[in-house]
Amino acid sequence: MKAAVIVFPGLNRDRDMIAALTKIGGEKPAVVWHQDSDIPDADLIVIPGGFSYGDYLRCGAIAARSPIMDSLRERAASGTKVLGVCNGFQILIEAGLLPGALMRNNSLKFVCREVKLEVTNAETDFTRGYTKGQIIRCPVAHHDGNYFADAETLQRLEGDGRVAFRYAEGTNPNGSINDIAGILNEQKNVLGLMPHPENLIESAHGGDDGRALFAAALKQVA
Amino acid sequence: MTLRNDIAITPDLVASHGLKPDEYQKILDLIGREPTYTELGIFSAMWNEHCSYKSSKKWLRTLPTKGPRVIQGPGENAGVVDIGDGQAVVFKMESHNHPSYIEPYQGAATGVGGILRDVFTMGARPVAAMNALRFGAPDHEKTRHLVSGVVAGVGGYGNSFGVPTVGGEVEFDARYNGNNLVNAFAAGLADTDKIFYSEAKGVGLPVVYLGAKTGRDGVGGATMASAEFGDDIEEKRPTVQVGDPFTEKRLLEACLELMQTGAVIAIQDMGAAGLTCSAVEMGAKGDLGIELDLDKVPVREERMTAYEMMLSESQERMLMVLHPEKEAAARKVFEKWELDFATVGKTTDDLRFRVLWQGDEVANLPIKELGDEAPEYDRPWTEPKIPAPLAKDDVPQMDVAEALLALVGGHQCSSRRWVYEQYDTLIQGNSMQRPGGDAGVIRVEGHETKGLAFSSDVNPRYCEANPFEGGKQAVAECWRNLTATGAEPLAATDNLNFGNPERPEIMGQLVKAIEGIGEACRVLEFPIVSGNVSLYNETNGRGILPTPTIGGVGLLPEWKQSVGIGFAAENQPILLIGGPAERGTHLGQSIYLRDLFDRRDGDAPHVDLAAEKKTGDFVRKLIRSGAVTACHDLSDGGLGVALAEMAMAGEIGATVTDVEGNDPILTFFGEDQGRYLVTLNLDPQGAEIAALWKEAEALGIFAPWIGSTGGTTLTLGGAKPVSVATLKAAHESWFPSFMEGEPSL
Repeated sequence: MKAAVIVFPGLNRDRDMIAALTKIGGEKPAVVWHQDSDIPDADLIVIPGGFSYGDYLRCGAIAARSPIMDSLRERAASGTKVLGVCNGFQILIEAGLLPGALMRNNSLKFVCREVKLEVTNAETDFTRGYTKGQIIRCPVAHHDGNYFADAETLQRLEGDGRVAFRYAEGTNPNGSINDIAGILNEQKNVLGLMPHPENLIESAHGGDDGRALFAAALKQVA
Repeated sequence: MTLRNDIAITPDLVASHGLKPDEYQKILDLIGREPTYTELGIFSAMWNEHCSYKSSKKWLRTLPTKGPRVIQGPGENAGVVDIGDGQAVVFKMESHNHPSYIEPYQGAATGVGGILRDVFTMGARPVAAMNALRFGAPDHEKTRHLVSGVVAGVGGYGNSFGVPTVGGEVEFDARYNGNNLVNAFAAGLADTDKIFYSEAKGVGLPVVYLGAKTGRDGVGGATMASAEFGDDIEEKRPTVQVGDPFTEKRLLEACLELMQTGAVIAIQDMGAAGLTCSAVEMGAKGDLGIELDLDKVPVREERMTAYEMMLSESQERMLMVLHPEKEAAARKVFEKWELDFATVGKTTDDLRFRVLWQGDEVANLPIKELGDEAPEYDRPWTEPKIPAPLAKDDVPQMDVAEALLALVGGHQCSSRRWVYEQYDTLIQGNSMQRPGGDAGVIRVEGHETKGLAFSSDVNPRYCEANPFEGGKQAVAECWRNLTATGAEPLAATDNLNFGNPERPEIMGQLVKAIEGIGEACRVLEFPIVSGNVSLYNETNGRGILPTPTIGGVGLLPEWKQSVGIGFAAENQPILLIGGPAERGTHLGQSIYLRDLFDRRDGDAPHVDLAAEKKTGDFVRKLIRSGAVTACHDLSDGGLGVALAEMAMAGEIGATVTDVEGNDPILTFFGEDQGRYLVTLNLDPQGAEIAALWKEAEALGIFAPWIGSTGGTTLTLGGAKPVSVATLKAAHESWFPSFMEGEPSL
């Protein structure tokens, strides 16, 4: 199972993500620079979190126009699993790979704390390690995670099982509509989520609820 | 307006550069002629208090700065301490007080940026940050605005850069009404054989400018930071720099890559007084001259004068002396990260600092006298007047349970969650103990078991009453907080914030506090390896509380052995280790007196350093034996508040006894020093705990069993029980309600 991590200038959870993929997958992922035009052969492509281009324009807007993104779009269209976490989620939305928008948190402040997530769909290549309705712990750390989509898009997301994770037990940290924390594309091979499962994968983190996501995503498709 | 170099030098102009007439005379004597306008600017930048430490140097020299683990003490960008296995921790604390008051967001942000740069300039990747913030009274009209801006600025920069904030302090006092304090700490990890220094070596080598372009922001910032505030501070807003964490993050990655190419001979970040200070320091340290050609400096504004370029404090810039044969490889790294890389000068052998601009030589000055041989003062000082101790029977009474609830839910001891949730506390995936405990703990990347602990401490109330004891206490409390996690305290950085040193009573505070710090550091074997002095923290003639902040670093051989402050289980014995047999005796300068009775009298508690050391070593050994399930040091609010904090963190109650013959107010709210609370996974009737007591007794340490954990309430002796949930509600609600504008002051 091969993984690749795309790095844009200003990302800062790339090292956390690489460490998580290496610890869980047993193999260091390929690291791809945003100026490259081609992503090496990989079954899982990850865009980690951070502040690409300082988030000085809309979060993710500049990164979404990087040379590497054409290659990412092709891979996504051909069914390769793509995971975007935090800024990675914002970039996937700005690149048009996922619908909706991520607005400034309703508190207008950066928020770093642990929240509870409900696994809404456990039948995807990312979430098979969980059961439907399972509540897991997961940290968040973001300024712009307030998910929004118009009523029609929302209806489709909800109706087609494309909401993968929802903030649970009143822990919605940012005002996201329908408590949405993570969504999938139509083919369900692209997942974007605001929380950071890569920061909760071992006892040193005080828990490993995030581990099952990577374990599932890194599993060879039969 | 374009400033020219041939502008006339008048006494007013000299004064507006913060130079006193006698200092100007020194300049005339030194160079034998009138300085040019640019030269005047350079002198003002180098000889101001902020860059030259001219009032404090004499006293700073008395601090212990050496130890078996110290690789680099004060004088470099940051201190370097050996943590074994070929690894070193690189750290420093620095203030950004004045800018943060004028423009809170950018002032705080660039404070964080500056300290991070100090750390990675030395080749270390930043792994932890802390911030010690002090604001005016909660009901002062500017406080909320300042808290909100400073916290957002600290977070805005640190979060984007990608360093976890693992600890810090937030405190309120009316004495900071016109002058808040922002002390930023950063620590990084490096290999001991790959540390980079600022001392230039070799003649005729290229001096290279790295990072962001130079603009007009921050011109004269260091001079501004060396003056008192009056009513004209709004006019000083243009002296505050603007931070760009995105560029800083790229600069970090580019510098670390660059260092691997072997191209770097010397490197120095451009902080206060930018290009001037960095070039002079590199040359002066290496006994070399420096020649700069300002026409080669990357600029982002048109028609900048030599004066502006030399005094600009634009952020995210570095200066480096380079191996010429490695230039191509070095340039490639900076092109990849889309940062400027420009050769702007060379090293020379004539000990002159020469600046060329549009074909003219606009400055030609002796570099040593500008830098490490700058003027120094032995300012007059007076012995501080120490308030009389409280009379023995002067114990103002209040219901113990009510007092506890009021303190836990008051501005001093309430939860800082509102603040630290705006900081990324877990990025890098190594945060083992996050803010809210005694010290932040991270594991050391690249090592299986090693951890580092960080704490920042000072008690300005104590320092005001008794600067010597307050200085001692700041060091002791930091050392104690590190010890309470199980760490061995290694070394510290000091950030000395005081008023106007030209007033003998303020100078007396500084002298005595440094004396106290020095004594504590010597006894506790806790050397000072870096630091910063911020003077002139006054507004309209009224000084801040003397605030010598101490940032300490400790080493954990096994991070898994470290303990937190929360009660871990029910029915565990609670021991109070250290202090007097009465448990609590000292109410002078306590939070109990200040916040519940509006009294600021009595002497500060004294620290018995020998007892401190003995007690701390005993507690650390106990933690490492595996018997301790939680540990917390006693500080503001004494035993009562410490117990409440442990109960709230663990969501478990406790019942503790009174001391026969001692006033419960003294027992529970006295702020005697050198004390820890521990809970143990031992049977209180068993042989192991008996052995522990025997050992403590042999050492002369009181370690009474004062009660046990359990239940949902906290009961302090004969006082009525308070539910942990009630305590927690009060503890958590003060800060958010305050910021929403409904302060329960």
